[in-house]
Amino acid sequence: MSEKAVAENTGKMKKVFDKPETLNDQQFSYCPGCHHGVINRLIAEAIDELGIQDTTVGTAPVGCSVFMYKWFDIDVIQPAHGRVSAVATGAKRARPDLTVFAYQGDGDFASIGTNNSAHAANRGENITTFFINNTLYGMTGGEMAPTTLIGQKTTTSPQGRTAKDFGYPMKMSEMLAELDGPTYITRQAVYDVKRIDQAKAAIKKAFRFQMEDKGYSLIEFLSACPINWGMDPAEANERIREEVEEVYPLGDIIERS
Amino acid sequence: MGEKKLMRGNEAIAEAAIRAGCRNYFAYPITPQAELLQWMAENMSEQENGTFLQAESEIGAISMVYGAASTGERTMTSSSSPGISLKQEGISYIAGSELPAVIVNIMRGGPGLGNIQPAQGDYFQATKGGGHGDYRLIALAPSTVPEAAELTFEAFNLADKYRNPVIILADGMIGQMMEPVELPSPVDTSDFPSKPWATTGKNGRKSNTIRSFALGAEDLKSINQDLQEKYRKIKEAETRYEEIGVEDPDVLLVAFGTVARIARSTRRLAKEEGIDVGIFRPITLWPFPGDRLSELSRKVDTVFTVEMNAGQMVEDVRLSINSDINTPFYGEQGGVVPDPSRILEEVKKYV
Repeated sequence: MSEKAVAENTGKMKKVFDKPETLNDQQFSYCPGCHHGVINRLIAEAIDELGIQDTTVGTAPVGCSVFMYKWFDIDVIQPAHGRVSAVATGAKRARPDLTVFAYQGDGDFASIGTNNSAHAANRGENITTFFINNTLYGMTGGEMAPTTLIGQKTTTSPQGRTAKDFGYPMKMSEMLAELDGPTYITRQAVYDVKRIDQAKAAIKKAFRFQMEDKGYSLIEFLSACPINWGMDPAEANERIREEVEEVYPLGDIIERS
Repeated sequence: MGEKKLMRGNEAIAEAAIRAGCRNYFAYPITPQAELLQWMAENMSEQENGTFLQAESEIGAISMVYGAASTGERTMTSSSSPGISLKQEGISYIAGSELPAVIVNIMRGGPGLGNIQPAQGDYFQATKGGGHGDYRLIALAPSTVPEAAELTFEAFNLADKYRNPVIILADGMIGQMMEPVELPSPVDTSDFPSKPWATTGKNGRKSNTIRSFALGAEDLKSINQDLQEKYRKIKEAETRYEEIGVEDPDVLLVAFGTVARIARSTRRLAKEEGIDVGIFRPITLWPFPGDRLSELSRKVDTVFTVEMNAGQMVEDVRLSINSDINTPFYGEQGGVVPDPSRILEEVKKYV
């Protein structure tokens, strides 16, 4: 039915797209083509649809993740770099009735916070972790991260990452899936509609597991950082599909509900 | 007040915290505070909504405190010197985000791994910042086991009142020693004041943020000014000390914690030799009771500081006393506890 027909049928225009209640009126300040905005929106939609805006506490630390408190209309805690899993643990243990999520970049989750990340997973903490893997440090200027691909040029691996000097891309999701603690670990991407739909379903599933007291969920997102990758947004999406997924394959890694 | 019990310092601190309504405790094992952790492991689970969690690290423990304190619940961690060093990141964030929390340091010998003997080498760390940025902890220094329990109980009230971290700065001696303690009666946790700032789910109100982050220079300046204003209020209202025989002494001895207790023996020994040694004992190391010390110093020629470190509090003593009287220092380090007669020997050089 055309818009005109809808308007004629109902007597007014029908709103078919709106921002989620869980986001306020502040505009995102992420760079063009960055996936943080898409992922933020999906999380907000999931919170809306599950009806948990009033009882959710987000924790978002340092780096591009830090701005979350500006546009999410929920209670937010801003922890120190890397400490998100431990801070979310503290909040959840103190108030098990709340839905607590951690939103962390790869430097945060896989480098400076690995100890906290791994132990929260191993304890099966009843929290939901969103791990944004863009294969480098975005905010500080595109430095190498543990997730950087072999050969990838960053500002601290200008000749390209070598395994000999800097080790291999750290596969956090596969690593944590070896533990008995976690309930649900999956890797998702948001570069096309199909994957966006899948990612949103994964987010909702992870939140539901927490609401049903089923324990720890981790959703890793392969995320684009066109500015630091030196690409336009379309090329950055293509890079995820062609290169990043080769090292970090998409899909569910474990589900033990 | 409740019943009287013979308790170790570490246990008395743990039990006092539970009675003060602390229901969230996160820590990592370290000597000489292990009994505190063990007491909590045994007793916290018996409390309604009580959380005991042995963290993956000291950094994990203080971060869990940050998360739990953000929800407004009474929260504590404890450790000993090297562990407290690891917690400094989290302490700075807790202070910057203005969260109430209690941190216990049962000090041991340093620097580095040092040893597990009692020491007071963390005075600077506790009173001058410790982590990055301009912030203060309320630092309480008990000199007996009963006082350790009393100050721990009070620490939670101070933390809530000022939305500020409070540190109990005791040493291995206080932690390990057993004394009769009259424990406070448990508080009714439902009587606690509401904490409208806490992140408890927005539930119809405006959303809350717990953060120490402000990108704009003017914003961060204003946050810092508010903090400094709060610290001025704390200084005005919460400075605490004890005085013994300070009316007209030959020498005024300044000491905190375990050393202040030993100083009482020195005072008795001195009396036998006809020397009047007065004692000034700061209970709050920050805010330091410098104004009162300055007043007292006008009546004496010598203000003598004794510590179990190389001379840390003595800097605050000298800053407080704006005159040219003698301000000598005697310290022991590495876990050596000063002997009362040895202190008297030093004192006599100035009589």
